[in-house]
Amino acid sequence: MRRAYFKDNRIAYLLVAPQLLIIFVFFYWPTGEALFWAFTLEQPWGGGNEWVGLDNLNAVLSDGRYWNAVVVSVIFALASTALAMGMALILAIFADRQLRGYKFYRIGMIWPYAIAAPAVGLAFRFVFNPDAGIMSYLNTISADVWNPTLNGTHALIMIVVAGAWKQVAYNFIFFLAGLQSIPKSITEAGAMDGASVLRRVRDLQLPLLAPTFFFLLVINITDSFTDSFGIVDVMTQGGPARATDLLVYKIYTDGFKGLDYSGAAAQSIILMSLVILLTVFQFRYIERRVHYTG
Amino acid sequence: MAQIGIRGVRKSYGKTQVVHGVDVDIVDGEFVVILGPSGCGKSTLLRMIAGLEEITAGEISIDGEVVNELEPRERGCAMVFQNYALYPHMTVAQNIGYSLKVAGVPRATRDQRVLETARTIGLVDFLDRKPGQLSGGQRQRVAMGRAMIREPRVFLFDEPLSNLDAKLRVQMRLEIRRLHQRLRATSVFVTHDQVEAMTLADRLIVMNEGHIDQIGTPSEVYGLPASRYVGGFIGSPPMNFLDVTVGGDGGHVVVGDGQHLSIDPAIGAGLVGQTVEVGIRPEHVTVGHRAGGSTLTAAFDFMEDLGAGRLFHGRLGGADFIVHSPEHRPPAFGEEIPLHIPRDAVHLFDPQTGKRVAAQPVVQAAAA
Repeated sequence: MRRAYFKDNRIAYLLVAPQLLIIFVFFYWPTGEALFWAFTLEQPWGGGNEWVGLDNLNAVLSDGRYWNAVVVSVIFALASTALAMGMALILAIFADRQLRGYKFYRIGMIWPYAIAAPAVGLAFRFVFNPDAGIMSYLNTISADVWNPTLNGTHALIMIVVAGAWKQVAYNFIFFLAGLQSIPKSITEAGAMDGASVLRRVRDLQLPLLAPTFFFLLVINITDSFTDSFGIVDVMTQGGPARATDLLVYKIYTDGFKGLDYSGAAAQSIILMSLVILLTVFQFRYIERRVHYTG
Repeated sequence: MAQIGIRGVRKSYGKTQVVHGVDVDIVDGEFVVILGPSGCGKSTLLRMIAGLEEITAGEISIDGEVVNELEPRERGCAMVFQNYALYPHMTVAQNIGYSLKVAGVPRATRDQRVLETARTIGLVDFLDRKPGQLSGGQRQRVAMGRAMIREPRVFLFDEPLSNLDAKLRVQMRLEIRRLHQRLRATSVFVTHDQVEAMTLADRLIVMNEGHIDQIGTPSEVYGLPASRYVGGFIGSPPMNFLDVTVGGDGGHVVVGDGQHLSIDPAIGAGLVGQTVEVGIRPEHVTVGHRAGGSTLTAAFDFMEDLGAGRLFHGRLGGADFIVHSPEHRPPAFGEEIPLHIPRDAVHLFDPQTGKRVAAQPVVQAAAA
């Protein structure tokens, strides 16, 4: 990267100003407000805050519904990450081996990432509709074999699949790039050493893919905590019976439906700390050397 | 220990054919070097033997068994790659022992054999290191060890020395030769370096643009090049080439500036009046007058002192001409110097086909 030097610092500041302004207006300012609200009691109709210290946080942490949301979020994060990464890895291995049609689906695979979460949710609402969708055929066997509107587990499965589907594309690109940066001669040497295709994947490609794997793990988990609002809002709105009430969705319902700004702000701060922690973890332990040089 | 039969083997990538029908038999225990410039199809041929590249047409057999459709692991070949292709996440011991692990050899036996192999290649103290912590030469040895431990029927080498510096390359060359003396496994070695090829090979296969130009021992290939291409490729400095006309009774050719160069009349008789190309090796020309052969004069411009000999650069009959001679006096610029060229140092090539013109065609040592 070329480094530019300015005789006059004012030009430099001018150039970064728009970006700084955007970050300030849309991140630091709201975050600051949330932090302030988290330690005060905000009137539902505005007009005055009262400093309450840790009361908001205590209220949140002693709320059974909050812990329900934590459990649901963790299940959602782990399941959708596992599904998204597993599918992406399998597809990337196929694409890397240049099986028939790989050129077509290498491009096709990337498209889902360009679709907004609510659109994904809408599409999957049709797919998983118990009365009209593809899955409704299951209900012809026996009533309510598949019914995400009543069955919490079904609903959770539904948002996991929809969330994972969107994330597969992103993971696929990284896995494929990772696989293709492994020198071909290494897998060829494995073939000469007598290892079958699966054995080569397990012993050679997967270990060399470890840095990509951990990077995606953190990105996926972070994303499933923060980026799942659209899917939940369109598909289940947290129901049935809070079975899909993710942390990020609960913040929205408590804040904007329940008008509990302070409680929602406290939850936001907790969620943000969690994401920051994950990111720090990634930078500290995962952004280590990539050992391809052989 | 195995013999390899290659019959009419072709390789195409889409419409481009890169190997155009290769026939060669490699005998048991032989060290064969495939020599050619980059892009001549030599590596592709090797990779087809290994099973890493599909065979478009023709047949490759190992010990009489056609292996076209066999997976690399079923062919009993071991390969040393140009960039070593060591497994970067495994230690030296794991790298060497990987094939045994895959084959399900019990741990104790495996460790024993890894240790033995490490001893032969002198890497016992490095068994716990990762490839990234080794020097180029050590990595090369690990790659060799990984091939050796399998006790393969065939060793395949794909330009294994080209990433090493000059001194190490000579040393590893000797080690490979020594290894072959001891193991006597059939070996196929691909290189573009003629010195490497000449020193290692029992037999040389010289490839050019997807064809085999000549197969023979190093001295056969050097002494009787089957084509202009082989003559120019083997030997350093390269052969001098002159466009000439066969004159008189076929006992001499006329060089561009009218000087006469005697050739074998048995070859020249049928070619009187025709244009041919002669090739003369710089080291077969001596400075001064001498009996037998012919004496021509050439104008020389400068001299390169190599220590062991001297290269005189000049022009003869309109073409560049190099003489390798111990003569110590540097020429004055443009000085005319008499040169003695023995008759058997003159090679004749057909200017159209590039093939050697001979009284009897050169025996293509295809079937040894």
